This record gives sequence, structure tokens and C-alpha cells, in this order.
Amino acid sequence: MIHNIYLYIFTAAAVSSLIRILPLTLIRGKIKNQFIQSFLYYVPYVTLAVMTFPAIITAPQIPFAGILALIVGVIAAWRGLNMMGIAALCCVVVFVCEAAAGILM
Amino acid sequence: MNRNKNAFINGMRDGIPIALGYFSVAFSLGIVAKKAGLNSFQGFLSSILNHASAGEYAEFTVIMADAPYLEMAFIILITNMRYLLMSCALSQKFNPNTSYLHRILVGFGITDEIFGISIGRGGALNPYYNYGAMAIALPSWSLGTAVGIIAGNILPASIVSALSVALYGMFIAIIIPASKTNKIVGGVVIVSFLTSFAVSRIALFNRMSDSMKISLLTVLIAGLAAVFFPINTDDDAPIPSQKEVSEYDT
Repeated sequence: MIHNIYLYIFTAAAVSSLIRILPLTLIRGKIKNQFIQSFLYYVPYVTLAVMTFPAIITAPQIPFAGILALIVGVIAAWRGLNMMGIAALCCVVVFVCEAAAGILM
Repeated sequence: MNRNKNAFINGMRDGIPIALGYFSVAFSLGIVAKKAGLNSFQGFLSSILNHASAGEYAEFTVIMADAPYLEMAFIILITNMRYLLMSCALSQKFNPNTSYLHRILVGFGITDEIFGISIGRGGALNPYYNYGAMAIALPSWSLGTAVGIIAGNILPASIVSALSVALYGMFIAIIIPASKTNKIVGGVVIVSFLTSFAVSRIALFNRMSDSMKISLLTVLIAGLAAVFFPINTDDDAPIPSQKEVSEYDT
């Protein structure tokens, strides 16, 4: 089944707009339910972790470059490098790694 | 009237560094969008309407998989769920008399960074401050996506390959510092990595799209974490602190 890209974009836009707008317009008090609070707290970390791994390995041309980028990125983040620095570092690792592989092969 | 104008200008000023960061990240998002088959106009449209890096990344995986529209709605709900929290937090900052129009417009413009700078301001929130930040940050995000889609064609394969990991670098920049300060988050991240890897290797899940795997794993793992490690609800713990928020992507 072939879907329409514009319908995909508008579906995504409608849902993300509702998520952003509804609480601001409807809910005036605070959420009291502990489970919902906890669930919402963990969601971003799980989503981002699941999206990062193992996709970071399959994104570059050479899987090893992706593994190395992940390791270097995690170490840099642990040491407190900022977001743009980590993103740039990961790119450099993949570039150097693939260039080196190109020379060796 | 004059106060609103000042707030708008302040918002634009604070939006400039955000806009610079957005452009470069959106560029790498554009590379993903191109893989999913979007042209530069579609990428621009997606970014001006959605302005969410993780959410849009998920959006493009759904498009790539040619998955049902319902799956799109579901994964956007999951990946952008943190905006629900931010929207709740911002509602507490508004003057109770703020009109619905202002609430809708400010809500539409919530990103991690815009939330971060607006929640940090003292007193009641002036919507025009958010409009100023939105006016400069959101077009930059959208333009970056469009340029990424176009330049993805021009750049050599080695550069595109290198840039393809930029987005993951940003995700790492969010989850690792949080894991360092909170051991439970760290454990949850490790479990997420391992489970995600296992699921990608098990043939049983081969027919399931990537976006569906992401959604299901998120609901499952975050749900279990919430049951076994409920957060302290005495304070405003679930609302990320300002520093934490400023480290998020859009």
C-alpha cells in the first residue's frame, strides 16, 4: 500500500500540535497521578536510547565507524561536552574511520 | 503594547543561539528525510509544522516503512510525549486571564529550547517573548531541513555518511548526562539499548517496522520503570529542571 507523504506530514503535525496545545489550554492544575508522572519522566530517555542503538551502527557506510562514534560520543557526553560538540565529534569519528578504511583497502 | 514589543525583541535575541544550533542539526535531519523520499519543500513543511528532531526522525522512519497512518499518530504521540509535560509546566507560568489564542500559539511553538528559555524567565510569561523566539528559531530549523535534503544530493558519500550520525550524537548528549546524574535513568538507558539490539536481531520481529518497535519498546520499558521506580512526586520532579531542558534537542 502506497501512502501520501503530505498526509503523513499532516498526521504527524496534528498529533504533535495537540500534544503541545491541549495541556496548556485545558489542564489548569497539576497532574497528581504518580504512575503517569513517572511514565512521562522516563519516556524521552527510553525513546532516544531505542532510536540511537543499534541504528547508529547501520547509518554509516562501515558499521565499525558507527560503533566507534557511539563509544566516543558516550565518553564525551559523560565528560560534559555540549550537544553540538558531541554531534560534531561523532561525525568526525565516522569520517576519519571511513577514510582510514578506504586507504587500507 | 510597548511591553509586548520589548518581550518580542528579547525573545528574538535569546532565539539567535538556538537558531544557529537548529540549522546544523536540522541539516542532518534533512539527510534522513531525503532517504525517506521527501523533497526539500516537504522537508520544510514537516519541520515548520512539527519542529521536533526526535519526533521528525521517527516520522521519517514511518514514511520510509510505508506504515499505516495510525502508526504515525502513535509514534508521534510517544516520541513527543515530553511536550505534554512542558505544556503542563508552561500552563502554570501563564496569567490565568491569558486568552485561548495565546495559549494555542505558545503551545504550538514549544520545543525543548524555547521551553527552556521561557520557563526560566521571572514572573508571569508574556506570550510575545515566545513569539520572538519562535520567529527566529523555527524558520531556521525548517530551512536547515530543506538545505539538508538538497545538499544531501551534492555532498560526497563520505560526508553524508559522517553527517548521518550527528542526530544520534545529539540523542547521546541528552541521555548520557541524565544517566550520569540519575542511576535509575542510566539503568533504563542500558536496558533500552540491549532490548532494542535484541529486537533488531530476533527474526520474529522482522516484519514489524522500526517505528512500531520504537513505540512498543518505549511504552513497555518506560511503563515498567514507572511501576518499579516511581519518581518522587512531592516536588516538581517530573518537570525537567531548566538545565536539563536546555540540553535537550528541539
